[in-house]
Amino acid sequence: MTDLLYSEEEEALRAAVRDLLADHCDAPGVIARTESDTPHDLAAWKALTDGMGLAGLLVPEDKGGQGATHREVAVVLEELGRAVAPVPYLTSAVVATEALLACDADDLLAELGTGRKIGALAVALNIAPGGAYKVVRHENGALHGELTAIADAQAADVLLVPADDGGLYAVDASAATVTPQISFDLTRPLATVMLDGAQGRLLGDAEAAVHRALRAGAGLLASEQFGLAEWTLTETVRYLKERKQFNRPVGGFQALKHRLAQLWLEVVNLRAAARNAADALATGEDADVAVAVAQAYAASVAVHAAEEALQLHAGIGMTWEHPVHLYLKRAKSDSIAYGTAGVHRARLAELVDLQAP
Amino acid sequence: MTDAAELQRRTAELLAAHPPASTDRFDFLKARFDAGLAWVHYPEGLGGLNAPRSLQAVVDAELEAAGAPDNDPRRNGIGLGMAAPTILKYGTEEQKQRYLRPLWVGEEVWCQLFSEPGAGSDLAALGTRAVREGDDWVVNGQKVWTSGAHNSRWAILIARTDPDVPKHAGITYFICDMTDPGVDVRPLRQITGEAEFNEVFLTDVRIPDSRRLGAIGDGWRVAQTTLNNERVAIGGMRLPREGGMIGPVSKTWRERPELRTQDLHQRLLKLWVDSEVARLTAERLRQQLVAGQPGPEGAGMKLAFARLNQEISGLEVELRGEEGLLYDDWTMRRPELVDFTGRDAGYRYLRSKGNSIEGGTSEVLLNIVAERVLGLPAEPRTDKDVAWKDLAR
Repeated sequence: MTDLLYSEEEEALRAAVRDLLADHCDAPGVIARTESDTPHDLAAWKALTDGMGLAGLLVPEDKGGQGATHREVAVVLEELGRAVAPVPYLTSAVVATEALLACDADDLLAELGTGRKIGALAVALNIAPGGAYKVVRHENGALHGELTAIADAQAADVLLVPADDGGLYAVDASAATVTPQISFDLTRPLATVMLDGAQGRLLGDAEAAVHRALRAGAGLLASEQFGLAEWTLTETVRYLKERKQFNRPVGGFQALKHRLAQLWLEVVNLRAAARNAADALATGEDADVAVAVAQAYAASVAVHAAEEALQLHAGIGMTWEHPVHLYLKRAKSDSIAYGTAGVHRARLAELVDLQAP
Repeated sequence: MTDAAELQRRTAELLAAHPPASTDRFDFLKARFDAGLAWVHYPEGLGGLNAPRSLQAVVDAELEAAGAPDNDPRRNGIGLGMAAPTILKYGTEEQKQRYLRPLWVGEEVWCQLFSEPGAGSDLAALGTRAVREGDDWVVNGQKVWTSGAHNSRWAILIARTDPDVPKHAGITYFICDMTDPGVDVRPLRQITGEAEFNEVFLTDVRIPDSRRLGAIGDGWRVAQTTLNNERVAIGGMRLPREGGMIGPVSKTWRERPELRTQDLHQRLLKLWVDSEVARLTAERLRQQLVAGQPGPEGAGMKLAFARLNQEISGLEVELRGEEGLLYDDWTMRRPELVDFTGRDAGYRYLRSKGNSIEGGTSEVLLNIVAERVLGLPAEPRTDKDVAWKDLAR
């Protein structure tokens, strides 16, 4: 059976990341940044990567990384989810890094592992592991085509681009035209990537690399969703203990208590599912089922938690100044990222032999 | 310190002295109890060795491999899961010596005389009276939903001993002899057709004061031990994937492709995921208990399994189509234990409706989570400082 608890080292890591984010990513700062020209918080990114070496957790020590596992990465993502931090951690330190781990690209892996370079896999954010993705044309040694909904491409130094010859290519971001799209989730912005004869370096076979990258992304996204859901529940409980109507705290009304207790149960369940997925990715055992279960469960919980937070904060929840909207936008966007719950359920039907009619 | 190796040595000794193949079942179980291998975390002399609770699995595995008889824990769930921990915590030395051994070996089955027609979710409102007469208490009243009373030798009983104080303060906890005159057990036929529960009428039942558990008037606090253990018993199970109610319906789905529909497929997959996640949460709770960090998830597990059992069994009735219009057997019986998976989907559907009522309704459990886990304020109460006799009924 998988280990579903947190080790002492993991708890220490959590405390360190939470402290750092408290200094760098307070809610007013994140809201202000969403309306600036630099939606990504590169100072926070530098503190997480230069200061703590977190971009290299999945990179083996002999390749210049920390040699940790998906369990530690999951703890980092829980905290990033709690803060809806606008840093390209999931996209660069998890998804792009996993793609490189599947290829023979040690130099690039080491650069991503230090965090000095940011990588982005040029596959649309909604694609599930095993799903069909768009490729660019490879012609006379140059790449041509347009890719859309590429998460964090605006912050990336290097793009990992799948081409129609079956290869995965590394393209310097300066050789591509990256145009921001207006994203529903303001803290994980999307962009289009246009390649017009860009030079790329062949890294390896795209299909295996993309599959591995998206599976890890989907499985660890559940930890981000858990962190997000836990934060919204905690904040809502805190608010309902303070807010008074009809001469008593709103949180004392049974109709609201039952809703919050139900939500607590969902959040507790999501923690177990997310922990299980992280542990399974780390050991490689039962990982396909564990990831599909976590993603089939996580989206509805995170969205429900954010929606309840908005409703129970009532008027203030509808404002731009209160951060609940950032959480709702992230949660809803996460419910599509790396495959919807329905797509993961369909995958599960095959994996556990519960075939469609 | 008793470690795994020491327990293995003691288990081997027990097996050598009492070969399971040639030893009477009860004799073997008594010897196991006396060797401290019944529940290893209990004190020495009371079936245990003061060992860590997690090491019980070591003993159980060795004995199962040797083909030793078990104490049929399902038959005496209330005795093992609720009466025993309460007796251990509040009983006198004499009471522990008298009751725990026959309870554990299963010679004596226990039931729980708590709920009443007017005191379910508001259990502390109970009206069964116990009046002191010399060395005895004379008990009068009616209990209800008493599982297994028809098979039980003993009952844990809470009764009102002082009506002049607020309801929580005037209750005392007793051990009731179910064979005494004045104890009348009547089957209560249920929605499933069978009578697993009973009504129990108590008329001038005399209980000696030596069968009181805890102090006079302290019964509510003693009962909390029983009720907390009731919830822990539900959360501590270790199940394999598809080990719960989702197992039979998944099997039906695989074996009967002609029954499948698109709509049911989506619902089945959602419930399969929910079941797997609830199983992982229960496993996480178990790992926390073993690591000595009990979490509050236990109250939530009962809520989750109640909902899942009801939705899954309901789905299987629909899946079966024409067969779902039928039922396996409406015969009125008084079973020794409830066997969920040994009967048809229709029975499972009807019986699981009780999962959100028995052992605390889902509504009460949600209040417990909201108040004790999330720290939300309690509802205003009008009964706190009022003598029980002055409460509206």
